[in-house]
Amino acid sequence: MKRLAVIAVAVVGLTAGLTACGGQTPDRGEADLVIWADANRTGALQAPLKAWAEKNGLTAVVQTVATDLQANFVTANEAKNGPDIVIGAQDWTGKLVQNSAVVPIQISASGVSQTAIDAVSYGGQVYGAPYAIETLGLFVNNALTDNAAPATIEDMIAAGRAGGGENVLCLQVGESGDAYHMQPFFTSGGGYIFGANSDGSYNTADIGIGAGGGVQAATKIGQLGAEGVLKTSITGDNSQQLFNQGKCAYLVSGPWALADIRKAGIDFTLSPIPGFAGLDPAEPPLGVHAFFVASNAKSPAFAQQFVNDLLSDITITRAMNDVDARVPAQDALADELKTSDPVLMQFLDLAESAKALPSIPAMDAVWSPLGQAEAAVVGGADPKSTFEAAGKEVANAVQ
Amino acid sequence: MTSTSQPGAGPAPTASVPRERNTTLPGLIAKIIFLGIVLAIGVYAVPLLIHYKMWMWLAVMVAAVVLIFAIYLTKRFIPGKYLFPGTAFLTVFLIIPVVLTVSYSFTNFGDGSRSSKEDMIAAVESESFKRTPDSPIYTMAVGVAADQNAADGPFTLFLISMDDADQTVLAGRHGQALAPWDGDAPTVADGRVTAVPGYQLLTPRQINTAYAELQAMDVAAPGDGQAAIKPQTPTQAYQGKVTIKYDAAGDRLVSDAGVVYPNQTVGTAQCFVAPDGKCFQGKSWLQNVGLKNYSRLLTDSGIRTQFLAAFAWTLVFSLASVCLTFLLGFFLALTLNDERVRGQKGWRAFLLLPYAIPGMISLLIWSQFFNKDFGLINQLFGLDVNWFGDPTMAKIAVILVQLWMGFPYMFIVCTGALQSIPGDVKEAARIDGSTGLSTTFRIIMPLLLISVAPLLVASFAFNFNNFNAIQLLTQGGPSLSGQFTRGGTDILISMIYKQAFGGSGTDFGFASAMSVLLFVLTGVLAAVQFRITKRLENLT
Repeated sequence: MKRLAVIAVAVVGLTAGLTACGGQTPDRGEADLVIWADANRTGALQAPLKAWAEKNGLTAVVQTVATDLQANFVTANEAKNGPDIVIGAQDWTGKLVQNSAVVPIQISASGVSQTAIDAVSYGGQVYGAPYAIETLGLFVNNALTDNAAPATIEDMIAAGRAGGGENVLCLQVGESGDAYHMQPFFTSGGGYIFGANSDGSYNTADIGIGAGGGVQAATKIGQLGAEGVLKTSITGDNSQQLFNQGKCAYLVSGPWALADIRKAGIDFTLSPIPGFAGLDPAEPPLGVHAFFVASNAKSPAFAQQFVNDLLSDITITRAMNDVDARVPAQDALADELKTSDPVLMQFLDLAESAKALPSIPAMDAVWSPLGQAEAAVVGGADPKSTFEAAGKEVANAVQ
Repeated sequence: MTSTSQPGAGPAPTASVPRERNTTLPGLIAKIIFLGIVLAIGVYAVPLLIHYKMWMWLAVMVAAVVLIFAIYLTKRFIPGKYLFPGTAFLTVFLIIPVVLTVSYSFTNFGDGSRSSKEDMIAAVESESFKRTPDSPIYTMAVGVAADQNAADGPFTLFLISMDDADQTVLAGRHGQALAPWDGDAPTVADGRVTAVPGYQLLTPRQINTAYAELQAMDVAAPGDGQAAIKPQTPTQAYQGKVTIKYDAAGDRLVSDAGVVYPNQTVGTAQCFVAPDGKCFQGKSWLQNVGLKNYSRLLTDSGIRTQFLAAFAWTLVFSLASVCLTFLLGFFLALTLNDERVRGQKGWRAFLLLPYAIPGMISLLIWSQFFNKDFGLINQLFGLDVNWFGDPTMAKIAVILVQLWMGFPYMFIVCTGALQSIPGDVKEAARIDGSTGLSTTFRIIMPLLLISVAPLLVASFAFNFNNFNAIQLLTQGGPSLSGQFTRGGTDILISMIYKQAFGGSGTDFGFASAMSVLLFVLTGVLAAVQFRITKRLENLT
C-alpha cells in the first residue's frame, strides 16, 4: 500500500510540475487572436471582438489577467506564452519598449486624438492604438455644498465645511500615497515631475520634486493634511464608497467613478479640480488606454489587422463604450456621445487642461517615492526634507 | 520486493539462495502503469524539448527516465527505490530554484535585460523601421506561383497604392525593387488584387502563418533606394526604413541621423549609451555582472541600512509572534484543561474559530479594521490611534493580528501536550506538597516544553518568512521618510519582493542577491535553533 501511495504522489507531482509551468496566466487555447486585459475591460470587449472575429472568419478571445497585467504580460511574452494584444495605459509604453515586448503599429485612420497618439508614442514610433482617454475631475455632492464649481481649494474647503458633510474632500491617499490622484494639487502648488525640453519632450534631468516648487506644493499638501482635508485613511478602497454614501462633499476621481455614483443616486455636478489660491492652476494627469501588439504574438498579422480595424471606424469602440463608458479617443465617437452622455463628455473638456504623463521606463520608480512622500507629508512629516529625499530617490532611479 | 538483509536479522542472503518473491499482482500492475506513465511523459516531452532547444532539460529528462527504469526494473538498487522519489522532488522543487536564484544573483536580470544581446539588437533594428512620412499605404495580396506550395513561397507581393487613382498593380519579390506588374492582367476589386493568372493568393490565415518570412522580405520601395516595403496586416503594406543599425565592427548602434550609441558600462551593466548618458531606451541585455549585486548590497549605505533594519524587525516580528501566541495559547489550554471548567468542549471549539477562517480573508478584514478614521477598532473603543500611519503602532497592529491568527494553533498543540502528561505526575506532585502554581511551572511547563519546543522552533522559522502576514495587512507600510524600498513593517522577504516585483520596476538580479543573503541568514538561524532544541532535549 505504501508503495502505491508513493507512486500516486509521484504521478500527481509530475503532472502538477508540468502544468505548473503554465503559471497564473491564461492558456491561449485554439483561438486565432488572443487579447489580455484587466477585469474592467474584458466584459466590454467580449461582444465586439466576437463580432469582428466572425466577420473575418476567425476565432478570438479576450482573457482577464486580474493582477499585475503589465508584469505578467512582459514575462509571458518573453517566454512566448503571451497574447497577441494587451490593453494597457500610456505610462506602460516606456517599460514595454524597454523590454522589447511590443512592436510599433501604423495608424492610418484620421480623427484619432493626437494627444492620445503622442501619449503612446516612444522614440518616434507609435506603439499603441488608443481607444479611450481619461483624466480626473471634481465630483460635487450638491446636497452637501452650495459651491458646485469652487474656484480655489480654499473656497472648496470653506464651502465643504459650511455644508456640514462628514468629510470635505475624498481624495484617495492611503498609507503609501497615490501620486496620480494627488497630481492636480501637486502641480497647483508648483511641483512637477520632469521639466520640459524646448521641443516639448520631458527632460529627465530636471526633477521638480525636491526643488523649490515641489517643496512649496508639499507644504501646501501638508497643511491640507493638518487641517484634516486630506487623510491617509481615505484610500482607493473607500474614497468612492464614502462619496456614494453621502459622506464627502467633494470627490477627486475619474470617469470610472461615474457609474457607481449614478447608481447610488447622488445629486452631483462634475467640475474642474481647483488649484490653490494665488498659485498655479491644477493640472490633472491625462491617461490613455490603448491596444498594444505583442512582439512575440502568435498571430502578428491578425493583431495588426485588429488594431487597424479598431481605429478605422467606431464599430468596436462604440460597442465597448456601451458596456464600459469611457471618454473616446476618436472624434466621431466623441461627437456621438456629446449628445447621449454629456456628463461623461465633460471629461473630454477637462482633459484639455490635463497633461499626459511621461512614459519613460523609469515611471514606476517615480510614482512610488512621490506617492510615499505625499502620504508622509499628509501624515505630518516635514515637507522639505521628505520631498528632498523623494526627489533624490527619483533622480537615482531615472539616471 | 522488499529485502530483509539487515545485519543480524538472519543469515546474510547470498546470490545462490533463492530469494523470497513477494510481488503481488496489484503491485506488479501498479509498477507497469507507473513505468508506462514515465515512459509516456518522456516520449511526449523529448521532441518538445528538442524543438525548443532546451538541451539541459533534455539531458535531465532522459537521465531521469533511464534512472527510473534502472531503479525499478532491476534488483540492484533496492534502497534507491525508496530514496529516489524524495530525492527527485528535492532536486526539482528545492535545489533547482536555489541554483537558479544563486546564478541570477550574478546577473543583471530584470527590466530591459531579459534577453540576449543578439535578440536585443534584432529587436532594436526591427522596432526602428519607421514609415516614410507621407508615403503611400498599399493594399496587399500575397501570391505564390500556382505550382508551388503556398506555405513555402517564394512570395510575390501584389500592391496597389491607396493614393493611386489608376490602381496600378505593383509587384515585389525578395531581393527586387517594387515595380509595376508586367505579367498577365490581375483582377482588381475594391482597390485590391483579388486574382492573378498563374498565381495562388494566400488566405489571411496563410499570411498570418508566413508573417515572419514576409516581414523579412527585402523589397526596395519605388523611387527611394533606401526605403523598403513591409507588410503590416494581411491586406496592407507600407514603406519605410530601418533607422537604427548595429555596427558590429564598432560594437555600437548608429542611427541614420548619425547619432552613435557606443557600448559602455552604465551602473552595473553594459548597454548602448545614448548621448544623454543613459542606456538607449533603457535597454540592456542579460549579462554576467560578477559580484556587483552583492557589493551594491553591502556598500550602498542606503540599502544596507534598510536591509539591516528589516532584518532586526524580522527577528522581533517572528520572536514576538511565537512567544505571544504560545503564551496565550498555553494559558488558555491550561485554563480549559482544568476539570472544574464547565463546557470545555464548547469553549475549545469557540477558541478555534480564528483558526477556521482562511488566513487571507482574516488579514484583509483586519487591514480594514485598523483604518484610522473608518476602522472598527478605533470606532469601537473610541480611540484615535493612527494604526497604519505610525511605524510603531503599525508594528503593534501587525503583532496583534499575528496573535489573533496564531494563538488557536498554540492552543491546540498545548491542549494535546497537556492531555498527554499523565495524571499521576500531577498527583505525585500534589502528594509531595507542591501547590497548584508551582506544579504548573516546575512540573507541567518543563514536560510540555519538551514536546512543544520543536513546534515553537518551526513556528519561528515559518514566521521569519511569513510574507502574507505583511503583504496582505499593511503591504509593508507605512512609508518611512528617506527609505523607499523598506516600509515600516516590511520584513526581509516582503522587502525583497518589492525589490523584485514591486513598484520601482523589476530587478531580479539584485533581488536574487538579497534572497541569497536571506538564505544564508536563515541557515545560520536554523543552526542556532538546532543547538537550542538539542539543549532542551538534553534536559530530559
